[in-house]
Amino acid sequence: MNLTLKVWRQDGPAAAGRFVMYDATDISPDMSFLEMLDAVNEQLISEGQLPIEFDHDCREGICGTCSLMIDGIPHGPQLSTATCQLHMRKFADGDTITIEPWRAAGFPIVRDLVVDRSAFDRIIEAGGFISVATGSAPDANLMPVPQAAAEAAMDAAACIGCGACVAACPNGAAQLFTAAKVSHLNLLPQGQPERLMRTVNMVDTMEEYFGSCTNIGECTTACPKDISLDFIALMNRDYVRGKVKQRRLTGQRA
Amino acid sequence: MLETRPDTLDSKVPNGTLEEKWTGYLNSMKLVAPTNKRKFKIIVVGTGLAGASAAATFGELGYQVEAFTYHDSARRAHSIAAQGGINAAKNYHSDGDSIYRLFYDTIKGGDYRSREANVYRLAEVSNEIIDQCTAQGVPFAREYGGLLDNRSFGGVQVSRTFYARGQTGQQLLLGSYSALSRQVKLGTVKLHTRAEMLEVVLKDGRAVGVVVRDLTTGEITTHSAHAVVLATGGYSNAYYLSTNAMACNGTAIWRAYRKGAQFANASFTQIHPTCIPASDEFQSKLTLMSESLRNDGRIWVPEKAEDNRPPNQIPESDRDYYLERRYPAFGNLVPRDVASRAAKRQIDQNKGVGPLHNGVYLDFQDAIQRLGRDVIEARYGNLFEMYERITDENPYDVPMRIYPAPHYTMGGLWVDYELMTTVPGLYAIGEANFSDHGANRLGASALMQGLADGYFVIPYTIGNYLADYLNTEPVSTDDPVFHEASAAVRDRLNRFLANNGTRTVDWFHRELGKILIEHCGMARNEAGLEKALSDIPALKEEFYADVKVLGENETLNQSLEKAGRVADFFELGELMCRDALNREESCGGHFREEHQTDDGEALRRDDEFAYVASWEWTGESSDPRLHKEQLEFENVAPTTRSYK
Ligand SMILES: Cc1cc2nc3c(=O)[nH]c(=O)nc-3n(C[C@H](O)[C@H](O)[C@H](O)COP(=O)(O)OP(=O)(O)OC[C@H]3O[C@@H](n4cnc5c(N)ncnc54)[C@H](O)[C@@H]3O)c2cc1C
Ligand code: FES
Repeated sequence: MNLTLKVWRQDGPAAAGRFVMYDATDISPDMSFLEMLDAVNEQLISEGQLPIEFDHDCREGICGTCSLMIDGIPHGPQLSTATCQLHMRKFADGDTITIEPWRAAGFPIVRDLVVDRSAFDRIIEAGGFISVATGSAPDANLMPVPQAAAEAAMDAAACIGCGACVAACPNGAAQLFTAAKVSHLNLLPQGQPERLMRTVNMVDTMEEYFGSCTNIGECTTACPKDISLDFIALMNRDYVRGKVKQRRLTGQRA
Repeated sequence: MLETRPDTLDSKVPNGTLEEKWTGYLNSMKLVAPTNKRKFKIIVVGTGLAGASAAATFGELGYQVEAFTYHDSARRAHSIAAQGGINAAKNYHSDGDSIYRLFYDTIKGGDYRSREANVYRLAEVSNEIIDQCTAQGVPFAREYGGLLDNRSFGGVQVSRTFYARGQTGQQLLLGSYSALSRQVKLGTVKLHTRAEMLEVVLKDGRAVGVVVRDLTTGEITTHSAHAVVLATGGYSNAYYLSTNAMACNGTAIWRAYRKGAQFANASFTQIHPTCIPASDEFQSKLTLMSESLRNDGRIWVPEKAEDNRPPNQIPESDRDYYLERRYPAFGNLVPRDVASRAAKRQIDQNKGVGPLHNGVYLDFQDAIQRLGRDVIEARYGNLFEMYERITDENPYDVPMRIYPAPHYTMGGLWVDYELMTTVPGLYAIGEANFSDHGANRLGASALMQGLADGYFVIPYTIGNYLADYLNTEPVSTDDPVFHEASAAVRDRLNRFLANNGTRTVDWFHRELGKILIEHCGMARNEAGLEKALSDIPALKEEFYADVKVLGENETLNQSLEKAGRVADFFELGELMCRDALNREESCGGHFREEHQTDDGEALRRDDEFAYVASWEWTGESSDPRLHKEQLEFENVAPTTRSYK
C-alpha cells in the first residue's frame, strides 16, 4: 500500500514544531505501524534527511514506551491496542495519516514524537509502593488474599504507564494512571497500612503536574489495557477519607 | 592458534557441603557496619529486575547509590515483557518439590555446564523472592482459598511456577520499581533516566566509575564510586531479529570486557521454539508466544515436503507430529533447545508452512474438541488474541504458525561466587552475567535469577569487597582516568557522525544478524563458524567505512545510539562464533553438527569440555585468550539428558 504521512517534527523542547508530509510507499499490510515508520526512516536516512524520532521498545504492547497520536487518537484507531501492536491492515491504500506526539502540559516534547513522561515517576515516588525492606517479608502464604481481590488488583496493575489517558484527556489529567497505581496497592491486604496516606500523597503530587479531572471518560477509551473508570471512583473515595483522617491527625476537626 | 593459560580463575566457592556454603559465607564474610554504609557509593547500571532490586536494596541498607538506565523510566526495561512466571522451591502444593530438586533441575536443564554452588544458592533464595514480592504487592495468581497458585512450566515434573496472569515480568518489575522509587524519594538512590553508560572507568585495575551520555542532550558526564554493578541484560539482539525489546544491547558488558572483565560462554544462546515467524524482511522483532501453549497445542508439519495445501485440508495421515513421534515420553513438552532444533530440521527439509515456508503448526483442534473452546479460551485467550492481532489469523480455526527465535543469552560476563567479574569492584548481575543457567535456561528461571542476584546475593557480597575501602574516598572524576575515558567516548561518537557513508545502521545490523543466525544459531559447524569469523570482520570494516549517521550529538539521536550498539555487536558476534568454534561438543543450546548421536541428538563431551570458557580481551588486533574454569560435579553426576 501507499500512504501519505503528516508527521509532527520538532527539533527540541524549546523549538517551534511543524507538520511535514512524507510518502510511505510499498508498505505491506502485515507490517506493524512502527515497522512502517522504520521503513520510512530508512528511506529518509538514505536521502540524507533526519529520521523521525519516536519512542518504542518492547513492540508487544507491554512496556508502555510507544506513544503516538494517530489521526488524533492516542495509539490509533484500534481499541485496546498500543501503537506497536497496530498493523497497517487497519488502514487503506491511499490514506493520509496524521502522526503527532502526546500533547499535554504534563508531558513536554523532547523531540519530534518523543515526550517526557517523568512526571509519572514523581507520582509513584510520592507513595506508589508498600514500605517493606528486602528480607523483612513473612512467608508469602501467611496472609491469604481473596482471589477476587488479587484479580481486581491485577486489573489495575495491568496499566503500562504509556500516558495515553493523559493524551486523550481534554484537561490533560492523569487520574486514570494514578487511580490504577493507587488501586493496585489499595485493593490488596498488604497495601492497607499505608492506604490513605499513599492515596493523598499520590493525588497531591499528580495535581502538581497534571490538569483536573472533569469526568469526561476519554481516558478509558484510549487506554490500551482497558483500565476501568471505577478505579478513579475508588481513588477519590480514599482521597477524601485520607484528607479527613489527616486533618484529625493534625488535631483539626473533620 | 589460541593460547591457553592454566586456569587463573578463582571462583571463590566457599568450602563445605552444598547446604553449608551460602550460610557459611554469610557467617564469615566481612561486614560493613550500618553507620558506615553511607560512606560508600555504589553505581548500578541498569534498572531491570536485577538492577532495580539491587539498587533499592543497597539504598535500604544505607549505601549511597547512583543508578542509570537508558529507558525513560525505571518502570520500563526488557524484564517487563516476561510472560510465563517465576520459579521457587516453595513446595506449596506438596508435590515433592524442594530446594534440592530445583537445584537439580536447573543443573540438568543447563546440561551440566553451570557451577553447582551458584545454582544451589539460587534455589535456596528462591523462596525469599516470592515472600518479598508478595509483600510488595505483586498480584500473583491465587486459588479460591486465597493461597498462591502455581503452574508447571518447561519440562519439569513439579508445579513451582508463580505467575501474575501472562504478565509476570511486568508485575515483578513494577514491584522492584516501586521499591526503587521509595529509595529515590528518600534520597538514598539518585536515578538517571535516558542515560546510557558508554564506558567503565578503571584505576589501578579496579572499577572506579562510568562514563554516561544523556540521551536527550548528548551531554557526556563521568561518575565515580567505590564499586560498579552492571545489570544491563542480555545480548540476543546481536541476531537482529529476536524476542528481546528493541533497545536491548551488549554495549555495557562489551565495554567492560574491553577493560578486562572476562566474557564467559559467549555462544550459549537460547533459541525459543514458540515465536511467531517473520512476515517480511522489514520485520523488526519477533514476538514470543508463551511456552505454556505447548501444554495443549500439538506441533506438526506436512509429511511431504512442499505440501502447500491449507492445514485443514491436510488429512491426519499426511501430517507428521514430529515431536510426539521422536520423543514419546515428553512429546510436545521437550525442553526449548530440543524443540527448536527439531523445528529447524523440518524447515530444512522444506516442510515449512505459511506464506514464507518459515513455520511449523501448533494446532489446538484436538484440545478444543477434548476440552471445549471455553477451556482453551480461559487458558490462552490473551495469547490467541495477541496472535490474531499480529497475523490476522484466528487460532481457534486455523493452527498457529510458530518458529524458533533468539530469546535469551546464557553467556555473559564471567563472575565468581560473589558475582564479581575479573575486574575488582566490577560486578555483573541478572542476564548480563553467565552464572546460573549453563548451556540452556529453564523457563521461569531468569526472573528468579535476576531477583536472587539483586535482592538476596549482591547486597551481601558487595560488603565483603567494600569493607577494605572504609574511609577512602571514591576516585575523583578530575582524575586523568576519567578524562581519558570520556575523551574516548566522544571520539567514538564523533567518528560515526563524521562518517560520510551510504548505508543505515539497521542495514548493517540486519546483515550481521543473518550471518549469526545462519552460522551461530540453532546448529553450528566448523566450516560455518570459520566463514562467520571471516565475514563478520569484513562487514565490520564496511560498517566503519560506510555507515551513515545523520544529525548531531547534542540532541536526542536514536541512530547515533544504535550505531554504537551495533558496532559492539560486531565484536560480540565474533566472540560468540569463536566460543562456538572452540567448544567441540554439543550441549544445551549449543549444537555442533559434528557432535551428535546416530539419531541426531546432542553429544556432550564431559571429558574435554566440562568447563566454562572465559575469554579475555587482548587488544584490537590480537585474538582473545581463553581461560577455563573447570566444573566439578560433586553432588549431581552428569548424565545424558533424555526426553525420549
Ligand atoms: C519475551 C520474553 C519473555 C520472557 N519470559 C520469561 C519468563 O516467563 N520467565 C523468566 O524467568 N524469564 C523470562 N524471560 C527472560 C527475562 O525476562 C530476562 O532474562 C530478564 O528479565 C532480564 O533481566 P535483567 O534485569 O537482567 O535485564 P533487563 O530487564 O534487560 O534490564 C536491563 C537494564 O539495563 C539498562 N541498560 C542496559 N544497557 C545500559 C547502558 N549501557 N547504560 C544504561 N543502562 C543500560 C536498561 O535500560 C535496563 O534498565 C523472557 C524474556 C523475553 C524476551
Ligand atoms: S513499544 Fe512497548 S508498549 Fe509499545
